[in-house]
Amino acid sequence: MITMLERLGRWTMNLVGEMGRMLIFVVSAVAWLFRPPFRVVQIVKQLHFIGYKSTFVVVLTAAFTGMVLALQGYYTLRKFGSEGLLGSAVALSMIRELGPVLAALMVTARAGSAMTAEIGIMRITEQIDALDTMAVNPLQYLIAPKLVAGLIGVPLLVAIFDVVGIYGGHLVGVELLGVNAGSYWNSIASSVEWKDVYGGILKSISFGLIVSWVCTYKGFYTKMSAEGLGTATTEAVVLSSVLILVWDYFLTSVLL
Amino acid sequence: MIKLVGVTKTLGGHPVLRGVDLVIPPRKLTTIIGRSGEGKSVLLKHMIGLMQPDSGEVWVDGMEISRLRGRALNDVRKRFAMLFQGAALFDSLTVFENVAFPLRERLRMKGPEVAGLVEEKLEQVGLAGMGHKFPAELSGGMRKRAGLARALVMQPEIILFDEPTTGLDPLMAKSIHDLIVGMQRKFGFTAVMVSHEIPEIFGISDYVAMLKGGRIALMAEPLEFQRTQDPDIREFISVGGTVSLRVVSPGW
Ligand SMILES: Nc1ncnc2c1ncn2[C@@H]1O[C@H](COP(=O)(O)OP(=O)(O)OP(=O)(O)O)[C@@H](O)[C@H]1O
Ligand SMILES: [Mg+2]
Repeated sequence: MITMLERLGRWTMNLVGEMGRMLIFVVSAVAWLFRPPFRVVQIVKQLHFIGYKSTFVVVLTAAFTGMVLALQGYYTLRKFGSEGLLGSAVALSMIRELGPVLAALMVTARAGSAMTAEIGIMRITEQIDALDTMAVNPLQYLIAPKLVAGLIGVPLLVAIFDVVGIYGGHLVGVELLGVNAGSYWNSIASSVEWKDVYGGILKSISFGLIVSWVCTYKGFYTKMSAEGLGTATTEAVVLSSVLILVWDYFLTSVLL
Repeated sequence: MIKLVGVTKTLGGHPVLRGVDLVIPPRKLTTIIGRSGEGKSVLLKHMIGLMQPDSGEVWVDGMEISRLRGRALNDVRKRFAMLFQGAALFDSLTVFENVAFPLRERLRMKGPEVAGLVEEKLEQVGLAGMGHKFPAELSGGMRKRAGLARALVMQPEIILFDEPTTGLDPLMAKSIHDLIVGMQRKFGFTAVMVSHEIPEIFGISDYVAMLKGGRIALMAEPLEFQRTQDPDIREFISVGGTVSLRVVSPGW
């Protein structure tokens, strides 16, 4: 009984400690962002890596998500004789939910894990120590640009995801299943409101922060071994994905 | 002057430093020797504030640095350069950019001035024309030399060298020793070197210190050091000599 309580206590302490460390990590990185020198080149490089290089996989998943949504939506809506609403069904699920969540999960898998591995290797091979000895703050030079790139890059990717997804829905719904093109687009125009778009943007910005925050944090505190690097990458992907889904539920319930 | 007083450090549940007392004289070349895994690299990291002692003090010119943080620690580090055992070159930058990094980041130098200094250093370490390569494209020894160029390019007051010649062929090792000694004599920086190059280091160092069992077992000028009566130290430093004896013996 005591040992169980002890274990629970220790677990809680560890959790609180870890959360505190994560918070200090992100707050100091953001604080360093506003101190010169401003790392514009680094930010652009990271934006290229997180954003541009993720476009292909985002477009691909978006197209298939939109297509399958149209298939499923058509099947359901036909039962009520309202195939004309297909556009709105696809667009609303995309913009409100699937765009932000799936794009963020794809970025986690593609760019997030790579970020953790990159920073983890820099930790293990003492490159982060080398930055320290050259009196260059690693949070400013390495972490802050990645946070900014996540904050900017993920919303942009989500925008691409939404548009491609809606066109994917068009492809299947209109071209394949014969829904009227006019009613597809009209139902989108009449049902999507600013608050849907706004909610989607809010979600994608916060997901962008979650991905880059969790993945850089896990890399930065990688244990000094090859095994540690593997663990860090796995933990980063799992934690980031879980947080995205939990935070998504929370935001949705607040925004509704 | 760097001074360590009673420095202890436990890493991974295993006591590495158990009360190191060590004074590094200014403007001299001090070499630290000791068995592999004895804590030599850990010791260097304490001098530059990369690791904090569990107990004890680290003094750099009258300032106790082991409790410093933030800007104060940065100011101390600006007086140092360090060559890491694994070179610690930045993977994402070319060799040229690696060597230019401290000039650009710390001295805020730009353009041709940087290029001149970098090319000069690369040539001195035998890497002329290799500036455009990435660290991954270099051999281990070449990486080491690029790291050396990065440490030397700043000409700081204190330079820490962690095994500058390990992994180099004997000729290259000699030329790197000559380079370090030459620069040290010329610019008079304080040099601390970790090395396994026995007996060569006795010919080039001003002082030799041996780390054993988490303490400094002996620190002395090379001649005096070699005259030690301590059997363990004698054994450790005589291994290099034994090898050269064997080379002589086949004719006998
Ligand atoms: N960051 C660290 N975390 C945990 N243990 C460490 C860390 N750094 C070093 N150690 C341990 O401290 C001990 C001393 O390591 P150190 O690298 O200083 O040895 P060394 O004398 O430099 O050896 P070598 O000649 O092989 O380079 C080793 O047992 C090592 O496992
Ligand atoms: Mg070492």
